[in-house]
Amino acid sequence: MAFTFAAFCYMLALLLTAALIFFAIWHIIAFDELKTDYKNPIDQCNTLNPTVEKLVLPEYLIHVFFCVMFLCAAEWLTLGLNMPLLAYHVWRYTSRPVMSGPGLYDPTTIMNADVLAYCQKEGWCKLAFYLLSFFYYLYGYVISTISTGMLSLPPLLLPSIRVCYLYLLSFCLYGYESNN
Amino acid sequence: MNSTPNGGAAPPYQNGPVGQTYPSTYPPGYYGAGPQQQGYPTISGHCAPALNKSPITNNDHSAYYHHNSHQQPIAAPTVAPSAYRVTQGSHPPSQPYGTLPTSVAPPNPQQAPPFQQPSPYALHGAYHGQQQYLPSQALIYPQQLNLVSATPSSQGTPMYPIVSYPSAPGSSQYGTLRSSQAPTGPGAISNLIGAPLHQYPPGNGTSHPASTAAVPSGHSMAPPGQPATVNGQGNAVQAPVLQHYDQSHQAAMAHDHYGVTHNTGGADDDRPPSGTPFTSSPGHQQGGDSSSTTTGSASPVPNSYDSLEGGSYPESSIPPSADMTKQAPPFGYGYPSMQPAYQQRPSPRTDSSPSHGRYNQTGYQHLSQPFPNMSQLSAALGGLSGVPELEVEALRPVNLLQERNLLPHRPLDAPEPNLNADLKKANCSPDTFRCTLTNIPQTQALLNKARLPLGLLLHPFRDLAQLPVITSSTIVRCRSCRTYINPFVSFLDQRRWKCSLCYRVNDVPDEFMYNPVTRSYGEPHKRPEVQNSTVEFIASSDYMLRPPQPAVYLFVLDVSHNAVDAGYLDVFCQTLLENLDKMPGDTRTRVGFITFNSTIHFYNLHESLSQPQMLVVSDIDDIFIPTHDSLLVNLKESRALVRVLLTSLPGMFSQTRETHSALGPALQAAYKLMSSTGGRVSVFQTQLPTLGAGLLQSREDPNQRSSTKGVQHLGPATDFYKKLALDCSGQQIGVDLFLLSSQYSDLASLACVSKYSAGSIFYYPSLHHVHNPAQLDKFQKDLERYLTRKIGFEAVMRIRCTKGLSIHTFHGNFFVRSTDLLSLANVNPDSGFAVQMSIEESMADTSLACFQAALLYTSSKGKRRIRVHTLCLPVVSQLSDVYAGADVQAITCLLANMAIDRSISSSLSDARDALVNAVVDSLSAYKNTVSNLQQSGLIAPAALCLFPLYVLALLKQKALRTGTSTKLDERVFAMCEFKSQPLQQIMRTVHPDLYRLDTISDEGALHLNDCIVPQPHLLHLTAEKLTREGAFLMDCGSVFYLWIGKCCNDMFIRDVLGCPNHASIPPNMTQIPELETPLSERLRALLAWLQDSRTFSSTLHVLKDDASAKTSFFQHLVEDRSESAFSYYEFLLHIQQQMTK
Repeated sequence: MAFTFAAFCYMLALLLTAALIFFAIWHIIAFDELKTDYKNPIDQCNTLNPTVEKLVLPEYLIHVFFCVMFLCAAEWLTLGLNMPLLAYHVWRYTSRPVMSGPGLYDPTTIMNADVLAYCQKEGWCKLAFYLLSFFYYLYGYVISTISTGMLSLPPLLLPSIRVCYLYLLSFCLYGYESNN
Repeated sequence: MNSTPNGGAAPPYQNGPVGQTYPSTYPPGYYGAGPQQQGYPTISGHCAPALNKSPITNNDHSAYYHHNSHQQPIAAPTVAPSAYRVTQGSHPPSQPYGTLPTSVAPPNPQQAPPFQQPSPYALHGAYHGQQQYLPSQALIYPQQLNLVSATPSSQGTPMYPIVSYPSAPGSSQYGTLRSSQAPTGPGAISNLIGAPLHQYPPGNGTSHPASTAAVPSGHSMAPPGQPATVNGQGNAVQAPVLQHYDQSHQAAMAHDHYGVTHNTGGADDDRPPSGTPFTSSPGHQQGGDSSSTTTGSASPVPNSYDSLEGGSYPESSIPPSADMTKQAPPFGYGYPSMQPAYQQRPSPRTDSSPSHGRYNQTGYQHLSQPFPNMSQLSAALGGLSGVPELEVEALRPVNLLQERNLLPHRPLDAPEPNLNADLKKANCSPDTFRCTLTNIPQTQALLNKARLPLGLLLHPFRDLAQLPVITSSTIVRCRSCRTYINPFVSFLDQRRWKCSLCYRVNDVPDEFMYNPVTRSYGEPHKRPEVQNSTVEFIASSDYMLRPPQPAVYLFVLDVSHNAVDAGYLDVFCQTLLENLDKMPGDTRTRVGFITFNSTIHFYNLHESLSQPQMLVVSDIDDIFIPTHDSLLVNLKESRALVRVLLTSLPGMFSQTRETHSALGPALQAAYKLMSSTGGRVSVFQTQLPTLGAGLLQSREDPNQRSSTKGVQHLGPATDFYKKLALDCSGQQIGVDLFLLSSQYSDLASLACVSKYSAGSIFYYPSLHHVHNPAQLDKFQKDLERYLTRKIGFEAVMRIRCTKGLSIHTFHGNFFVRSTDLLSLANVNPDSGFAVQMSIEESMADTSLACFQAALLYTSSKGKRRIRVHTLCLPVVSQLSDVYAGADVQAITCLLANMAIDRSISSSLSDARDALVNAVVDSLSAYKNTVSNLQQSGLIAPAALCLFPLYVLALLKQKALRTGTSTKLDERVFAMCEFKSQPLQQIMRTVHPDLYRLDTISDEGALHLNDCIVPQPHLLHLTAEKLTREGAFLMDCGSVFYLWIGKCCNDMFIRDVLGCPNHASIPPNMTQIPELETPLSERLRALLAWLQDSRTFSSTLHVLKDDASAKTSFFQHLVEDRSESAFSYYEFLLHIQQQMTK
């Protein structure tokens, strides 16, 4: 029993969370740009909004996807930790403005200071959550492999974790810079 | 009508800006001629040939003056003098001017009225402008010819290759057009520069003696709405401004200096008499009102494009032009773009007009004591510590439960900011720019303590009677925050100025050192930009993303059975036919028509056709444009066809059986048609769209109309219209919606198309040519105003504020492009905006906060212009000062906007609670912190004593009321109105003015020309004030109610209404007969005067005291109890109860 389903889930979640972190940073940057009106004040709202919207659904779907995986793997604690965010996503999407296509953000209200501040805060909170859960999944992955007696990490995993860290680091830096 | 606020006080002065000029410019014969319209076509036709080239300057003028295509003549006066100069050297150019003013000199009240007779309701500005100019045109005509011949070089097309515009119909792309334009090119191009501005009535000199005396009184007594002037468009507001200027100028220039110049002027024989007062005493010009002019106009010379761009402009070459001074009051003037002729003219100038030279000298001496601005600022800093009386009064605690008569006798004025006198005078007019707190709290914490909203109310594109227009190759702006230079910057020394918003120190460009008003060098602080807080710049090509677009108007008309049945098409076509020539625009103006029912019909109006050709597209799912060439045609070239179409249109569909309406596809077609140019789409819709994209279902449940629980469906049902609006906005297309439907049409969804494309929304709920002629009449008048009002295209508005303040939310019709930038595809003079602000950083280190709104737009004459308004307010650290500076009307309007947002995003009951809480919070905060009186009762500072009343009135508005049956569309429309109307209009709607008429006396009346406008006192809006013996007038903004009590004096009824007694008054009376009795005259004068302060005409309803009057009239008595709402007293008790909780 080398590699349990739970370990697989954690590994998958680890990779996907890296992607989510990437999305969260993108989200933060996009709103930051909207707010500072830094690059191209003209039409920025129009060009940015679709981009932001394109991020939303994949993010939600990815999150739902590994929640389902954890459900299947019967990782109740992990699932429980993810439930609030899942519920928040559902609520967020159901209370979106009237819109014919997919998406969350309405270009006509997005520049409202309240909405903008809310979206930025949301971005930072999610980033924090994903970062924490990234380490949690890493831990979970190690635990689940150890508990199943597999002491050595699978050959592919280490490099991939390293890559994730590197990405993470660079994105954080980028996000930090753009924030200033 | 020609009144200014100070009317009563100073008769000679009183005909205000425009008024005065009329008589003066008119040779008496003109009056006799009766309605000028008749004269028009001929005259304009007549000048046309001569004017080939004059469009250059014209455009400019007319842009100011509500463009009308006939405006050509306007150019003449400005152009002419300069031409003169050029050709004739030192000869005094002003012959015509000289003579005119003399005739002006006597205040001529008598003459004015006849002129007004033909125009019982507010006439269109354009029309006035036209009238005003015609005569001068006539006078100057010969010179103009001169001009043409004298400067043939200016015609050279090749000089402006770059900026030519498409004149050819059908050319959809700029690129292609460029080459084709050569012929029109010169005109269009030179516009860029031409400087002109407003024309200016020579008559100003007259006001001279009176002006000083008049100023104070006018200032203090004038309620903002009061002043009426002939040109129905909002001059009203101006009057106070004028006076401001007056004073400031006088203040700036020492009195002795004034005396000196005066003398010299007198001594000069060769100066035309009028010229003297003008130049010599700067104060006067304003009196004159004038719409000012500019120097730039002086140069018919084409180099302008270069000068705009290149800007290198040796100061020495700048012409001190005598006519400039003469012509231009300090307000307006442009910088001459260098005119070769001018350059050569050296000192002869002084010879020809000696007074000038002297003026300069004296001015210089006086002014050389440096930079008053700086001292002003520091004085302002110091001045803040003293608490002026005004403030004490504003803080006087008022026990609302005890004081019953809170209303002032006259409509409320905006509170004056507590600034020093110089800054106050330079400040922006409250009608244009108003802040909810005239004392800005230092920190957000202080603002939170006060529990009052901080925000701005703007009416940026308001029709102004005069406006300094500046043509200059460099527009001076702060290098870091891009703020335009304004009266509140400080000059550190001659070469440096400090931005009032970001405090960066900037250099003064060389060009700015020259002051075109005084024609002297080295006085940057005397430049008009630094003297006036509202100015307009002619922008250079740096401010263009593409060549300025022509005026393009597309009309999208519903021709389904429902529409034909309502009969609006006749009225529309008729009105458009009448106003076709008055629509703002120039030779490039294009028009197009689309009609739709279940199919979309396009009209090919190519000039080569003999008949308009109708093209029907029935594939509404995938709409396409049948031909690209000739659906939008040049109005000038295809005028005949357009006329034919408009004449035949009503008949074409009279037999239609088609009941469906494919509005969505029609709008998509309009978008496709217009997307290459941008422009204005006017949509007339009479029912719920039932076909194609954007179809809507009825969502209203009539049983829920009077529910108290909350109202559903205030938001859009689909985002189709919003998306379309955003696309339109991106292509600079503004969509204006006229909804003429008696059934539910889901305005909540449809309105989005206008909301986000910066359009306007009009709603005529029960329009029908047979059943409701009054409504049709209103529609027709509104349409007339709509068609002829000024318009700006491809506009953006940016609002900047002092470091520390930031913009929170915008309210109005627009698309927010970034945190401080609004994209306005079209901008019209009737729309207002509101802005919520927050304080991000403490402003403890500054004592003044500035706000600047800059509106960049393309005028209908194809010029890029920037209108800049700057408002300066003191910053305070004491809570009591914050309360003292509260502007209750502005607060009410801002709260209304916020409440409407809340009711759409959350729910109506939330919004209502929030409104009540706003009152509770602010009053309890005041009670706990500021007032140290322990007395019981409901205490409010005097500045806020009307706050609970206004909020109660808000709660009873159609938009926000519950429990009273309100149709969903009417509610939504009322909401749209709140968000897009200027403050004055909102306040009249929220809290109508009620006057008693049967007892009016001449006490305190305004004397305007020869009519006396009585000024009855305002009454509280309660049935208690109504008596059966009385007659009352209620002014609700868009409608007047004249309520006649049952036992009203028969004399009054006979004198005013022409009926023998109460019983014989006809039920649907909408006009007051023109009777010769003094009472009738007074009353009509009052109505006309009230009417003049608004741009859309209001309808009058005469109501008898019987059951039928109940709903429409009594719903406005907001202090009374209704079935579902508190009375004022109950409301106060409710607030008191909430406060103690």
